[in-house]
Amino acid sequence: MSKQPVAVVGVGQTKHVAARQDVSIAGLVREAAVRALADAELTWADIDAVVIGKAPDFFEGVMMPELYLAEALGAVGKPMLRVHTAGSVGGSTALVAANLVAAGVHGTVLTVAFEKQSESNAMWGLSLPVPFQQPLTAGAGGFFAPHVRAYMRRTGAPDTVGSLVAFKDRRNALKNPYAHLHEHDLTLEQVQTSPMLWDPIRYSETCPSSDGACALVLTGDSGAARAPRPPAWVHGGAMRSEPTIFAGKDYVSPQAGRDCAADVYRQAGVTDPRRQIDLAEIYVPFSWYEPMWLENLGFADQGEGWKLVEAGVTEMDGDLPVNPSGGVLSSNPIGASGMIRFAEAALQVRGLAGEHQIDGARRALGHAYGGGAQFFSMWLVGSERPDH
Amino acid sequence: MTTAAELLAGIPELAGAEPVTRVTIPARLEYTHTPGSAQTRFLTALPDKRLLAERCPQCTRVYVPPRGACPTCGVATTEQLELPHTGTVTTFCIVNIAAKGLNIEVPYCYAYVLLDGAHVGLHARVGDVPYADVRIGQRVEAVWNEERLGPSLASISHFRPTGEPDADPESYRRWM
Amino acid sequence: MSPAARSVDRHGRGRDVAVVAFAQSNHTRRTDQLSEVELVMPVLHDVLKQTGLTANRIGFTCSGSSDYLAGRAFSFTMALDGVGAWPPISESHVEMDGAWALYEAWVKLRTGEADTALVYSYGKSSPGSVRDVLTRQLDPYTLAPLWPDSIALAALQAQALIDAGLTDEPRLAETAVRSRRAATGNPHAQLRGSADPAELLQRPYEVEPLRRHDCPPISDGAAAVILAAGDTARALHANPAWIRGIDHRIEAHQPGVRDLTESPSTRLAAAAAGAFDAPLDAAELHAPFTAQEVVLRRALYLSDDVPVNPSGGPLAANPVMAAGLIRIGEAAALIHRGEAHRVLAHATSGPCLQQNLVAVLEGTNGNRNGNSPRSTDGTRGGAR
Repeated sequence: MSKQPVAVVGVGQTKHVAARQDVSIAGLVREAAVRALADAELTWADIDAVVIGKAPDFFEGVMMPELYLAEALGAVGKPMLRVHTAGSVGGSTALVAANLVAAGVHGTVLTVAFEKQSESNAMWGLSLPVPFQQPLTAGAGGFFAPHVRAYMRRTGAPDTVGSLVAFKDRRNALKNPYAHLHEHDLTLEQVQTSPMLWDPIRYSETCPSSDGACALVLTGDSGAARAPRPPAWVHGGAMRSEPTIFAGKDYVSPQAGRDCAADVYRQAGVTDPRRQIDLAEIYVPFSWYEPMWLENLGFADQGEGWKLVEAGVTEMDGDLPVNPSGGVLSSNPIGASGMIRFAEAALQVRGLAGEHQIDGARRALGHAYGGGAQFFSMWLVGSERPDH
Repeated sequence: MTTAAELLAGIPELAGAEPVTRVTIPARLEYTHTPGSAQTRFLTALPDKRLLAERCPQCTRVYVPPRGACPTCGVATTEQLELPHTGTVTTFCIVNIAAKGLNIEVPYCYAYVLLDGAHVGLHARVGDVPYADVRIGQRVEAVWNEERLGPSLASISHFRPTGEPDADPESYRRWM
Repeated sequence: MSPAARSVDRHGRGRDVAVVAFAQSNHTRRTDQLSEVELVMPVLHDVLKQTGLTANRIGFTCSGSSDYLAGRAFSFTMALDGVGAWPPISESHVEMDGAWALYEAWVKLRTGEADTALVYSYGKSSPGSVRDVLTRQLDPYTLAPLWPDSIALAALQAQALIDAGLTDEPRLAETAVRSRRAATGNPHAQLRGSADPAELLQRPYEVEPLRRHDCPPISDGAAAVILAAGDTARALHANPAWIRGIDHRIEAHQPGVRDLTESPSTRLAAAAAGAFDAPLDAAELHAPFTAQEVVLRRALYLSDDVPVNPSGGPLAANPVMAAGLIRIGEAAALIHRGEAHRVLAHATSGPCLQQNLVAVLEGTNGNRNGNSPRSTDGTRGGAR
C-alpha cells in the first residue's frame, strides 16, 4: 500500500510532579514540545501539524483546551487535532500523528499529550454525580480492584506479586530523572504493609496523580535522514475498542487488548513476542496489571504472567524488562501517560534512555489502555527502518 | 530552565513582583441529566421492588440495568423481563477510602452481583456479613431500602448472603 | 478526464476517498426521553443500512463529541454501545466536531490500513446551558473567568463587520430568512420557514447587534457518515461524493488579537483543499451566526451565485459537535442526489471561527449546471 515509514526523531517530557505551580497549562505543554524539538534539532517552522491528546476536559476544567493552546504549540496557521480516547489517549494521539506521516499528508508532525491534574480535582472529574447511577467505585482503583481479585482467583497468584511489581517500578524510577516518585528509601516490606485502599490493592501499588506533558516529533524518510540522533522507527501501531460493559466481557484479559497486540505483531512480523521484543513499556496504573497485561499481550501464557514477575523476568536485568522508566506507577499525568510509554519505548531503541537504558534494545513495545479496560493503543518501535 | 521569577526579572515593569502561581477560579455549570427510555423503564419499576431487565433480540443476553442498547450487537433491547432479587457475587473489592461527595461509610464491600437470569453483573454493595467472609461465588439477595423506595438504585440498600451453598463456578464463569 | 478516473489527488499522492452514505437525526430543542446512545443508534443503523455494511465489516470507526456538552466525563464511551463494537473494532475519538473525526478517518483510509470508515458525532445541548458551557473553552486564566458567552462573542464579530461596512442588520436578517426558508425542504431541520426580514428587524436584540434570528437554535442531534476508498466506494454507491481535498487550520485563540472580519485559517484550508481550482456548485458553511457567513463568503471568495446552505445550515439546526459533520454530509448528499457536482463543505470550532476545516467534494458523473440544489429557488444570493 501507499504507507510511508514513520520515524520518531524527537522526544521531550517534563519532570512529572504532583503540582506544577510555576507554569500554566500552556507553559507545561510547551516545555515538553520545546524539548522534543531540541532533541530533533528542529524549530517550530519545521512542524506541519500538531496533534494533541488528553483525558477528560473536567480534569483541568477547560473545555477543548487545544483551542487556547494553539499559540503555545506554534499551531497558528497549521492543522491541529485533539484526540480523546480515555486513558489510552496518549498512545492514540501518537498513532493519529503517525498516520498523518504514514498517509503522506504531512512531512513532520508534533504530537503532545498532557494532564495538569492539580488545576482541578481529578477524582471529582471522574466521579461527577449522575443522579440515576449509583456511584460506588471511589475513583479508578475501586473500578479495577474487583478485576484484580478476579485475576488472583483465576490464576492462584500469591498475594505478594503486586508488591513485587510496585517495588520494581519505584526502584526503576530512581534512574529516570523525569519520574514523579523518587522514593529512595522505599522497602519491599513498606509496600507490602502500606494501607489497603481498595482491597486487594494497597496504597503503594497505585499510581500517583501527576502534572506532566510528553511530546514527540514524527517524520518520514527524509526527515529521519536529517535527524541528528538515531531515530526510532514505527514497525507497527494499532488501536482496538470494545464496549464498556457487556455480557461475557473478560475484564481480566480483554479481547480488544489481545486483538490490538496481534495486529501490531502482524504488522511488525513478530511471531514470538517474548523472544523478539527486547522490552516493554506497559500501562500499569495498579501493580497487578503487569502480570495481567503480560498475558494479554502474549508475553506469557494464560495464568502464567505472575510467574514471570516472580522470576524477575520483568526486572531491569531480566530478559523482558517492563517499565524501566518506572512506569505509570511512578508518574501518572493521565492524558500523557500513554504517550510517555510510547516515548520511553522510542528512547530505548534510540539508545537515549540514559540511566535506565536497556543495553542493546532493538525492539520495544509501547502500550496504553483506558476506559473500562476497553480502549487499547500500542506501537512497536525499532532501531532499524522497517523493510515493508 | 528559566524560572518564573527570572522571567519576570527581565521585564522592567514587573521587577521585584512576586510571580502569580495560583488563582482560584470557581466555575459552576448545572446539568439536568436524563436517563433515556430504557433506564427510565428500569428506574420506574424500582419503587415497586421490581428489577426490570431487558433482553437483546439478537444475542438474547439479558442486561440489567438496561442501557438502551445491546453493546455487542448495537441494537435496542426492547423485551423486558423481571428478575428475581437473588444472585451471585462474581467479584468484589473492599473500599477503605472515602471519596469526596460519596456519602457512603467506609469500609464497604463493592461487588458485581450477577442476578439470576442476567448476563451482566449489577454493581452493588454487599453487607450484613464480615467483609473477610465475602467471597466469589457467594449467593446473595437484595435488601430494599424501605424508607427510600424511589426511581433510583438507592432503593436497594445492599445485598446480603442468603446462606445457600456457593454457586457452581460454571454458572457464572462466562459472566464475571 | 473525469475526476473519478484519477487514482491520486491533485498532489499526486494517496488514495481516493469518498462519502458513500450520510444520515442524521431529526434535530430538536430537547430529547429528554433519549439517552445519548438512544439518540445516536438509529442514525448509525440508517447510515449502515444505506451501504448494506455492518459495524464489524467497517475498517475504522471515529467519533466526535464533548464531555463538557454532555456534563459527564467519558460520555463517548456510552455512545459506543450503539455501534455494536464486538468483536473489538479499530476505533478512535476526537474531542472535536465530527468533521475532524471524518478528517482522522480520511487519513486512516489514505494509509491503506482500512477501506471503509464509520464516522459519527452527536451533541445533546439540552442537559446544560450551551451558552454558558461554551465559555469554558476560552483561555482559563484570562478569558473564561469573565464568562463571555458565545452570543456575546459572535456579537463582537458582527459589530466588527458592520463597522467595516461589510454588512448591516437588514442583510443579516436576509441571511436568516434565506437559511430557514431553505430548511423547509429539509425534514431533519429544527427551524423551518421564517417571517419576513422586515418583521424580524422589529424584534429586540439578543446581544446587539444580533437578534434572535441571527443566532442558531439550540439543538440535540446526531449525524453519521460512511467513507470508502477507491473501488470499495464505487461498489457501495453509484455516485460517490469524492473528497477532492480536505484541510483544516487553527488561528490564535484570543479574539482580541484577530481581525474578526477575516478568516485566514478558512482561506488557507480552502486553498490546501483545492477549493479555488474550479467553480463550485454550492457550499455548506458551518456559520452558526448570520454574520459569520459574511466572513466565510469573503474568505472563500464565494460569489453571490453560489448557493450557500441549501439544507438550511446551522441556523436551521445546530447540534453542537455534529453541525460540522452535517455540513460534509449535506454536501455529499447534494452530489449523491445528482443536484450538484462540486460542493464545498466547511466546519468550524472555537470562539469567533477560531478553527476551520474545508472539504471539497465532487461527483463522478458530470452533472455540472444540472438541477439546482433544492429549496434555493428565489432565495439565491439573498445575502449580499
